[in-house]
Amino acid sequence: MNHLLEFLLRQGDNALVLGQRMSEWCGHGPALEEDIALANTALDLIGQTQLWLGYAAEVEGAGRDANDLAFMRDAYDFRNLLMLEVPNADFGRTLMRQFLFDAFQVPWLQALTDSADPRVAEIAAKSVKEAMYHLDRSTSTVIALGDGTAESNGFMQRALDYLWPYAAEVFAEDATDFAMAEVGVAPLPSSLRGQWKKTLQATLQEAHLTMPEGEFAHKGGRIGVRHTEHLGHLLATMQVLPRSYPDASW
Amino acid sequence: MTIANSISEEQVWDWLEGVPDPEIPVISVVDLGVIRAVSVDSDAVEIKITPTYSGCPAMSIISLDIQAALAKVGVTNLTLKTQISPPWTTDWLSEKGKAQLKEYGIAPPQPSGGPESCPHCESRHVEKVSQFGSTPCKALWRCSDCLEPFDYFKCI
Ligand SMILES: [Zn+2]
Repeated sequence: MNHLLEFLLRQGDNALVLGQRMSEWCGHGPALEEDIALANTALDLIGQTQLWLGYAAEVEGAGRDANDLAFMRDAYDFRNLLMLEVPNADFGRTLMRQFLFDAFQVPWLQALTDSADPRVAEIAAKSVKEAMYHLDRSTSTVIALGDGTAESNGFMQRALDYLWPYAAEVFAEDATDFAMAEVGVAPLPSSLRGQWKKTLQATLQEAHLTMPEGEFAHKGGRIGVRHTEHLGHLLATMQVLPRSYPDASW
Repeated sequence: MTIANSISEEQVWDWLEGVPDPEIPVISVVDLGVIRAVSVDSDAVEIKITPTYSGCPAMSIISLDIQAALAKVGVTNLTLKTQISPPWTTDWLSEKGKAQLKEYGIAPPQPSGGPESCPHCESRHVEKVSQFGSTPCKALWRCSDCLEPFDYFKCI
């Protein structure tokens, strides 16, 4: 197995799948400002996808490019976290997921700026600025809604309870993580778990939300063993055009 | 005196000064800070461009506009390269660009993370409406005195 390729697909697929989910809000946001914010977040994530998958395609060396990797792979080829593929459901769950992801992604990308692979360091340095901005917003939205009305608090607590069993998948390490740590491309995700949890504790406390107990985490997304049934539907929507008209250009 | 078929780097920078940002046409792509390097080898011109935000859709328009502008002055041997490191920050905006933004009604970026004053009436009583705006590089603010909304160029 090419561990670097595997590692890059994980970074790119996380950004792509979450970006696609966020873009589903375009035109459906609860307020115009929120609609714009969701679409802009999606745009940043899709931009980051181009960088990660662009490099992944080069490392793969099979004559494919970022678009081929995004549009011509099937669910079992994807390496994203399961949490990112579950449906948006409502605004509360969408923002809670964004927060849980951003809280890991910011220290993760910060660590990757020191990667032994200069391309990885470069992409991380570009992406981390956007991720910090996303974390800023998802944190304040989680607090505003958690510390809002009884109804909004209920939405956020239910979102947290639903997402919790998915939240820690990123810390379930495998041979690729160990290989990347060995050569200094990336630290072990588990080395950031304490920091991640601290961010969660501080924010959830301010939001009057209760962090669920239990360490159980669904696994399989990032190692590509099993995805939820939702990924196939997401890909069908995302991929239908380039698959129906493979050589279309405009 | 100009020598046929010989272009200077300075000349290319001058031409680029005339290419406006497609979304904020009051500032040039040079003042936006996205032109990283220009090199000329006889008639071959290479320009390195850095994206503002990684997903900014204006980047492909900027590339097209640069190609068109340089084609107009006879540059046909042009290579455009993307360079993402070091990443673009608002520090790359020129002072001239910041002044032009303000004149246009967009509050320029501030290290504090918010606009210094309302670009319409100069009031310092301003409030954030949304962290995001009509393009990836802007946020939406409002003046509490003149009550006008305005764009703020996000600081990253
Ligand atoms: Zn004003």
